[in-house]
Amino acid sequence: MALNFADLEIVYEDLARTLDRLSPSEREVFLCKLSLLMARDLGDLSRVQAMIQTAQNHLEKV
Amino acid sequence: MRPAGKGAHESLYFTYPAFTAPDRAHVLEHEGCRVAIVGAGPVGMFAALTLARFGIASVLFDNKDTFNDGSRAICVQRSSYQALERAGAVQPFIEKAYGWTMGRTFYRGEQILEFEMPHSDSEKYLPMYNIQQQFIEQYLWDAVAASPLIEARWCSEVTGIEDTESGVRLSVQDSNGRYQCAAEWVLAADGARSAIRSMRGLRLKGDNFPGRYVIADVQMDHAYPTIRRALFDSKSNPDKTILIHRQPDNIWRIDYQMPDGQSEEEAISEDNIRDNVGRILRDIDYQGAWELEWWSIYSANTLALDDYRDGRVLFIGDSAHIVPIFGVRGLNNGLADAENAGWKLARVLKGLSDERLMDSYSPERRGATLDTFENATKSARFMTPPTRGWTVMRDAALSLALDHEWAGAFANPRQMEPFTYTDGGAVLPHMETVCTVKPGAVLPNERLSDDTYLSDLLCNGFTLIVLEEKDPGGLDDLKASLQSLDPDLEIITSGHIRARFGAVGLSRLHERLGTQPGATLLIRPDGYLAGAWPTCVAGDIVAQVTAAFGRKETH
Repeated sequence: MALNFADLEIVYEDLARTLDRLSPSEREVFLCKLSLLMARDLGDLSRVQAMIQTAQNHLEKV
Repeated sequence: MRPAGKGAHESLYFTYPAFTAPDRAHVLEHEGCRVAIVGAGPVGMFAALTLARFGIASVLFDNKDTFNDGSRAICVQRSSYQALERAGAVQPFIEKAYGWTMGRTFYRGEQILEFEMPHSDSEKYLPMYNIQQQFIEQYLWDAVAASPLIEARWCSEVTGIEDTESGVRLSVQDSNGRYQCAAEWVLAADGARSAIRSMRGLRLKGDNFPGRYVIADVQMDHAYPTIRRALFDSKSNPDKTILIHRQPDNIWRIDYQMPDGQSEEEAISEDNIRDNVGRILRDIDYQGAWELEWWSIYSANTLALDDYRDGRVLFIGDSAHIVPIFGVRGLNNGLADAENAGWKLARVLKGLSDERLMDSYSPERRGATLDTFENATKSARFMTPPTRGWTVMRDAALSLALDHEWAGAFANPRQMEPFTYTDGGAVLPHMETVCTVKPGAVLPNERLSDDTYLSDLLCNGFTLIVLEEKDPGGLDDLKASLQSLDPDLEIITSGHIRARFGAVGLSRLHERLGTQPGATLLIRPDGYLAGAWPTCVAGDIVAQVTAAFGRKETH
């Protein structure tokens, strides 16, 4: 079940503050660690692969 | 390379032999041989021993006057011990080498993984043994020198190769002059920079990895068991990797990724080697004295020929493929190539099989190479990440592994089990599933009594294992028919196994192979399962073995 918006907003803010505390190279490794941890917990390869695709959309506009 | 003031072969612990070219009159008198093997390294010598195992004579040519310089390959795996045993050459290895089962991986000084290689008391040998290449060559040479079927010609460079109607003609240059030597077949075991390969106009294809490694052997009195150590991002080599292996005679292999900012020339200067090794030894808490024995440099490659056979020339070992060291498959794959080519070639030369049998050599052994590439590529990308993406993911996995055991698995060196042969191999087609071992896989071993294993029962040629509840009638006729296809073949039955090892031995065997009573298995001379039948129906067995391994063409 998807996280409700209020909880998702807590994650959003937590991530923003964490990213600000880290150096650029730490940020990269941190996000990859987080991805591996979440992928393992999610336990669904095809959903993880779809998310890796989705997250790549529209990066050029950032 | 060796320290300043030392000769190229001046070792702290090993005396290199000094060979001379063969007698001039002899080489002019003996103008031909059945099999010429070019390269008397471990793979070439083992190929000669395998041919001799089946009664086939060969001549070994090598342009050097001694063994290869320094210790290169050091890890010999279980399947290679089984192969050495079949060639009658394993005993000195058992006496000298250090067996091991365990590896430890460290990240920033902390252990993140301890792995055990698959092992059980069903096995006769440990999964891996460490021994210097000099000793490997010495022990194989002792066996070669003792064989009346093998002639070694040292200081003899093969400078030309041309096809003839009956095989191949080699041009040879030695210190006494030039001569020619005809051969029915050539095994090219002349290494990564194979001259035969260039003379045949063939090229290795594949990828190179960017990271460079220094290999250094040092002699020291270091108290640590025979456990492979891998160190990532350690104090002594920040952001880089180090591998440490124990070898006999107090020799330790220190493999380290070259630090950034050092050119290759700088990295291999003796001062830098001493600095880097000294730093690594302090990092692993070794305080004592040490002596530098030998060092070299390498980078990881996955390169192979498209076809390991070119007419009457078969490429075996590094001449056919170069693999990254992380999966310890250079020497081990080379030995498996030599045995695979050897037993098949012996059958063809004895007129037991058609030349077509040699067509199965490349699919089987190139298949094994590609399988090694897949795993070794994963290891190489972890040990020496080629780009930013691979580096960041590697660092993420190592960082997670500090407190999550599952993430340590990314650091596993994937030292694999032998490859299972499938398409195009010398395995019987369309077999029913009668056991858990697939035809094309290495037959697993099982301990049948205190000192006897299943592998001890296998004979020099093919072995038929008939596991019918009661020995079926007509076995003598079946044996006679099969021996016309392979005079070395023997039949083992449930009755034999029960008589020697009791009902317990027989049930152990069934359990290990996943067989039901009735199952009948055909084992190849290299220990691979060639085929399996649910029951022993003599007519089917003879027909299928004839179709796969017998002669169809009449001569």
